[in-house]
Amino acid sequence: MRAITKKDLKIVGACVVLYAIIEALLQMNVIGSFWELNLILIAINIIMSVSLNLINGYTGQFSLGHAGFMAIGAYASAIITVKFHLPFLLAIIVGALGAGLLGFLIGLPTLRLNGDYLAIATLGLGEIIRITILNIPYVGGASGFMGIPRYTNFTWAFFVCLFTLFFIKNLVNSSHGRACISIRENEIAAEAMGIDTTRYKVIAFTIGAAFAGVAGALFAHYFYIAHPASFTFMMSFNYLTMVVMGGLGSITGSVVGAVILTFVSAALASWPEWRMIVYSIVLILLMLYRPQGLFGNVELTSLSIFKRFKGGSK
Amino acid sequence: MNLLKAEKVSKVFGGLKAVSNFDMHIEKGELIGLIGPNGAGKTTAFNLLTGVYQPTTGVIEFDGKSVVGLKPFQITQGGIARTFQNIRLFSELSVLDNVKIAYHSHVEYGLAEAVLRVGRYFREEDEIEQKAIDFLKIFKLEHKKDEIAKNLPYGEQRRLEIARALAAKPKLLLLDEPAAGMNPQETQALMEMISWIRKEFGLTILLIEHDMNLVMGICERIYVLEYGSIIAHGTPNEIKNNPQVIKAYLGEEVE
Amino acid sequence: MNGGEKMEFLEQLIQQLINGVSLGSIYALIALGYTMVYGIIKLINFAHGDIYMIGAYAGFFATANLGLPFVPALILSMVVAGLIGMLIERMAYRPLRHAPKIAVLITAIGISLLLEYGGMLVFTPQPRTFPNVLESVTYHMGPFVVNSQQIIILVVSVVLMVILTYVVQKTIIGKAMRAVSFDTDAAQLMGIDVDRIISATFGIGSALAAAAGVLVGIYYNSIDPLMGIMPGLKAFVAAVLGGIGIIPGAMAGGVILGVIEALVSGFISSTFRDAAAFAILIIILLFKPSGLFGKNVREKV
Repeated sequence: MRAITKKDLKIVGACVVLYAIIEALLQMNVIGSFWELNLILIAINIIMSVSLNLINGYTGQFSLGHAGFMAIGAYASAIITVKFHLPFLLAIIVGALGAGLLGFLIGLPTLRLNGDYLAIATLGLGEIIRITILNIPYVGGASGFMGIPRYTNFTWAFFVCLFTLFFIKNLVNSSHGRACISIRENEIAAEAMGIDTTRYKVIAFTIGAAFAGVAGALFAHYFYIAHPASFTFMMSFNYLTMVVMGGLGSITGSVVGAVILTFVSAALASWPEWRMIVYSIVLILLMLYRPQGLFGNVELTSLSIFKRFKGGSK
Repeated sequence: MNLLKAEKVSKVFGGLKAVSNFDMHIEKGELIGLIGPNGAGKTTAFNLLTGVYQPTTGVIEFDGKSVVGLKPFQITQGGIARTFQNIRLFSELSVLDNVKIAYHSHVEYGLAEAVLRVGRYFREEDEIEQKAIDFLKIFKLEHKKDEIAKNLPYGEQRRLEIARALAAKPKLLLLDEPAAGMNPQETQALMEMISWIRKEFGLTILLIEHDMNLVMGICERIYVLEYGSIIAHGTPNEIKNNPQVIKAYLGEEVE
Repeated sequence: MNGGEKMEFLEQLIQQLINGVSLGSIYALIALGYTMVYGIIKLINFAHGDIYMIGAYAGFFATANLGLPFVPALILSMVVAGLIGMLIERMAYRPLRHAPKIAVLITAIGISLLLEYGGMLVFTPQPRTFPNVLESVTYHMGPFVVNSQQIIILVVSVVLMVILTYVVQKTIIGKAMRAVSFDTDAAQLMGIDVDRIISATFGIGSALAAAAGVLVGIYYNSIDPLMGIMPGLKAFVAAVLGGIGIIPGAMAGGVILGVIEALVSGFISSTFRDAAAFAILIIILLFKPSGLFGKNVREKV
């Protein structure tokens, strides 16, 4: 078994340094709560967009209901902390498991459907989840689930986000990841090469859903409240925009897309209609003129300028 | 011993009988051709053998076991690999990745090992990389290993498709019009390659072709399909002189 | 159930059937647009529900600002919406005709949002009240209640659907539409101007949705820029239910969905009405994705 490479250590080091700087700035109040809110939102959005990218970008399955899985994670984790008074980490895990389980149950029957139908089915299922939650008094129903303790801080958000990136990047750069990509490229050929395409579609869907659940847990435990209105199709579309803008099939792209759109969102917060209009025009122009998004299916680290930083062997 | 046996196979789509009374048997190590006019049902036959379609009636056995009802990926894992009439490469991926994917069903490391980068991950990844490159060397494609597949010239794309199918370690290889679009020199090279890989990998090969030089040149036995049924079957010489075959291709003689 | 309860149940049933057919004709009009566009270019036009909204506003301005009576306002709104639908096709969908499906789908969602939030900006989010261009008379037929506007909705819908069926089956342009949706390349080789036919399809579909918008505006009296979202989604479900791409399917699907929704609302609860449509969608997609009238089409290998 090969030990950690020099390149890995450099990346880990850079991340720790980044974290330390930002955390210090926050603690010393050099940057205030506005920044804390947005940095945490960026982390949550990165988790959402990267997990959605696993499904839509890498495996080529069109899922429009990602916010539904986030809702499951939010509510499930809130039940753990508020109703059972158990620790935050457990709540996050339960959120992930709950969302993942639902992803599995939904994925199994619907992933037989082709592109358009799958999109509509996932949209419908996302809405069904939201409407169902609206009708459950145990979790607050239409008023929302209130009184959620604020356990999410920058530290949690940063490291959970880092874990997500590490997990998905490693998954994608393996034979299992290649199997998913082959499904996107040419599903019939993938089957002919001996790949159980249904199994991998369901795996991608389940893992993507599980991480959306993680994001949901972080979300709920920052905003004190979980409300069905936070998990509409509009939110699913939000994350889809991040993925498409960044580039379907590029983790770097999803990260960049999440960062850019979080800032745009914050900047246009006072004009919600303009925000949606800007979003939609950006999306339309993107599709017309650069459908592969900012990064296509290329990762930042594979560009030649980064070859200098690649220490040790591949 | 029959490696592949198809008996009384038929396939009906709604009202259309695409294939009927299809009988074929192939022994281990043979190089068999399947020919017939356009629309005769040759690709349908391939699709039946590889599980893309389920036969309406009939028996299909590979290596002694029935494959009816199995999904395509299970049949491939069982030892049958194929190429496609209209090339189906993973066009946006590199040449090397195209071949690596074919190794996937032989990979042993699981999801956890992939994510945590422990256990067999690094060793198997190195093996896959090395084996894929070695494979490309055989097909003289290794200098283009990082090239995006869709950018390859047509002839090389066809070679890559064959290489990829072989990387899945099949016992029986199905080639669907491997010489389509090739000029005589390329076809000659292809014929030599097919004969060579049969020997080198101990393969059994069934191919669909329209190029008679290729078929007559390397096939040991030939099946002729017309309107979904086998109308003749035998050695190249027998087929060349079979009046029914001539009629199927050229029509009746004018009296 | 005793005799009295049975009568009540039957009365409720028939009443909801009446409501449902009226509601269903609205869904059918909108569903036709989805199905025709999907049939001809295999696109789920997410923006179609918002064309319905545009039609409603066009009708509103025609009656409130221009003082037009019902029929001219209806026709004007249909024309306006038809033109807008054709414009959208020309600018946003046609350039992507050979792009991957996901790109067009995303563009359609983008157009939908643009119409919705642009509408919020231009029309303000305040709901507008339709002027009284159609009398609202309530008829009591025994225990049943029918509104004259419900009857008008049904009549107008039927008339439009009959006209559409005639156009599709008997006219040359209809034949061309059917040819293009069956095999675009072959149609082109036969000399059919595919671009114009697709344009016309969008125009007709949009016009029908606009009619639905005007009718709804008059019946419910209030219109707002987001009114197209739910009906759009539900009409899409109706189109899938009937068999997407199949015109009689959209009509049947619309009515069936309307009736089911009315029954759910009457007998179970009105909070679940919206969920009913989604539940139907999931059930159809799981068990018969080609819809009630549809046939399975296989991909060529």
